[in-house]
Amino acid sequence: MTIQESQDEIIGDFEVFGDWMDKYEHIIQLGKELPIIDSQYKTEDNLIKGCQSKVWLHAEYRDGKLYFTADSDAAITKGLVSMVIQVLSGHTPEQITNSEIYFIDAIGLRNHLSSTRSNGLLSMLKQIKLYALAYQAKSLQSKS
Amino acid sequence: MHDTAIIGEGRGANGEGRSAGGDHRSGEGRSTSGEGRSANGEGRRLDIEEIRRDFPILGTTVYGYPLVYLDNAATTQKPLAVLTAMDEYYKTINANVHRGVHYLSQRATDACEASRVTVADFINARHAYEVIFTRGTTESINLIAACFGKKFLQEGDSILVSGMEHHSNIVPWQMICEEKKATLKVIPIDENGELILGGLDAMLKSGVKLVAFNYVSNALGTINPAKEIIAAAHRYGIPVLLDAAQAIQHMEVDVQDLDVDFLAFSSHKLYGPTGIGILYGKEEWLNQLPPYQGGGEMIKTVTFEKTTYNDLPFKFEAGTPDMAGMIGLGAAVRYVQELGLANIQHAENELMTYALDVLREIKGFRLIGNGDAEHRAGVISFLVGNIHPFDMGEILDQQGIAVRTGHHCAQPIMDRYCIPGTVRASLAVYNTPAEMDRLAAGIRKAVTLLG
Ligand SMILES: Cc1ncc(COP(=O)(O)O)c(C=O)c1O
Repeated sequence: MTIQESQDEIIGDFEVFGDWMDKYEHIIQLGKELPIIDSQYKTEDNLIKGCQSKVWLHAEYRDGKLYFTADSDAAITKGLVSMVIQVLSGHTPEQITNSEIYFIDAIGLRNHLSSTRSNGLLSMLKQIKLYALAYQAKSLQSKS
Repeated sequence: MHDTAIIGEGRGANGEGRSAGGDHRSGEGRSTSGEGRSANGEGRRLDIEEIRRDFPILGTTVYGYPLVYLDNAATTQKPLAVLTAMDEYYKTINANVHRGVHYLSQRATDACEASRVTVADFINARHAYEVIFTRGTTESINLIAACFGKKFLQEGDSILVSGMEHHSNIVPWQMICEEKKATLKVIPIDENGELILGGLDAMLKSGVKLVAFNYVSNALGTINPAKEIIAAAHRYGIPVLLDAAQAIQHMEVDVQDLDVDFLAFSSHKLYGPTGIGILYGKEEWLNQLPPYQGGGEMIKTVTFEKTTYNDLPFKFEAGTPDMAGMIGLGAAVRYVQELGLANIQHAENELMTYALDVLREIKGFRLIGNGDAEHRAGVISFLVGNIHPFDMGEILDQQGIAVRTGHHCAQPIMDRYCIPGTVRASLAVYNTPAEMDRLAAGIRKAVTLLG
């Protein structure tokens, strides 16, 4: 699935939920499906700043693609992280840097997310794109 | 009846100010508050529903639910009396103060100085000029840290704070200590969220130049034994700064009875406007301190060779002050005086007891700090099971319930308890038992989702 397709799928999933309770229940459920970061990577370095809750993020580069694992100490955060990873994990650095993330707005969460929460989410997206940029630069270097 | 009395008073005071500012200051202002005290001071049961009508914002709907505002320790909502007073100020007497010969400037000056008198009366300061207008608690503490530090702090000295301070009563002292090569010492706290005072004398004897602590903790709600600590410090001739940011709106604060040397609080936590606050200082201390900032207002004469400074309070009020803020704060204080702090305290204690009762029925509810309603004010800091406070806060928000989550600018306390933060519900006079029920129901819903 492309990044766009994954996003559209998430948006479709959310369309069936009428009230916010169901949405949150779904988000929390998604958190349980998050590919959990290996404890050796749960380091200060991998901690994302800008969240009231803690988020650890680890990137792995395999066969030209980036794979992410993560964890959070808060359940809703974990669900949001899970969605972002579901969308972006397993793509090339180039695809990730060029991607446009629109599903957060589209599932109607933006109004509901507190600004600290969306700031946290934004810093995570930024971090993921930074990883991607770094690997993109590396692979360009090795090609030339 | 009570409702109209308040708004009537507010308008009356304003009207009074407009026609005769001098009267307002000495006569009307005083007698209003005096009346408030004698007539309402003792044992009057407050009608909370009537009080709520003074606060337009309390009618707000959030995501389709009526707002339950329980973030009062962060900032309180403002009654119409305050909004009207500030509006009237700009509409009728706005002018720069203390410098104009013209009519409006006189009127504005009188109104602002009347507010100073109101505040002085409110905290029972001996003199109105011991009341300095600042931007808030933070600036008041920074002012003392900078000015006291500059004058009295030397290498090897120390400043003593408590283990339950807001960052604004830690960082300014750290900054001046670093500059002067002094050290910051800390009164420890116990599991119950109380100060451990056993070692206080020994600490005071070891080169402490000033003690600074909060009257009521914003993170735990603990009421500290201020009078006792002040008396102990005074036995060694050490002055004390009391951070009353979370006390001033919940209980009577009498600077002479406390015998406190410096006291700081913010208007916006006392139903008043943002951007203004108070530093009280004993005349003998304030006179010994150098000015804080330089500029207009704070000088007597200026030549390029030498400037002489103005007298109290203006020495510490450089530049054009926040006139509308001063007037708004004055109106807020009068509003509180009308209700009577003893009555407010009584109502809030009852509500606190009720809230703790209903919350304790929730499985996994864990109060952080002292569980005795009589020993706490304003704040209920808690966790439920293993639920992250941030998650809890968000699910409460979805139900129109405003609480704060996190470390509440008091990270050392969270470290003390080894927790990432808490959920904090904080009360004001306008909160009701029904809102506590909503809070409890909201928490239960969050537990279903998250537990
Ligand atoms: C105990 C305490 N001290 C100081 C402050 C700082 O007040 P302000 O931000 O109004 O200056 C607060 C506000 O949260 C507080 O609760």
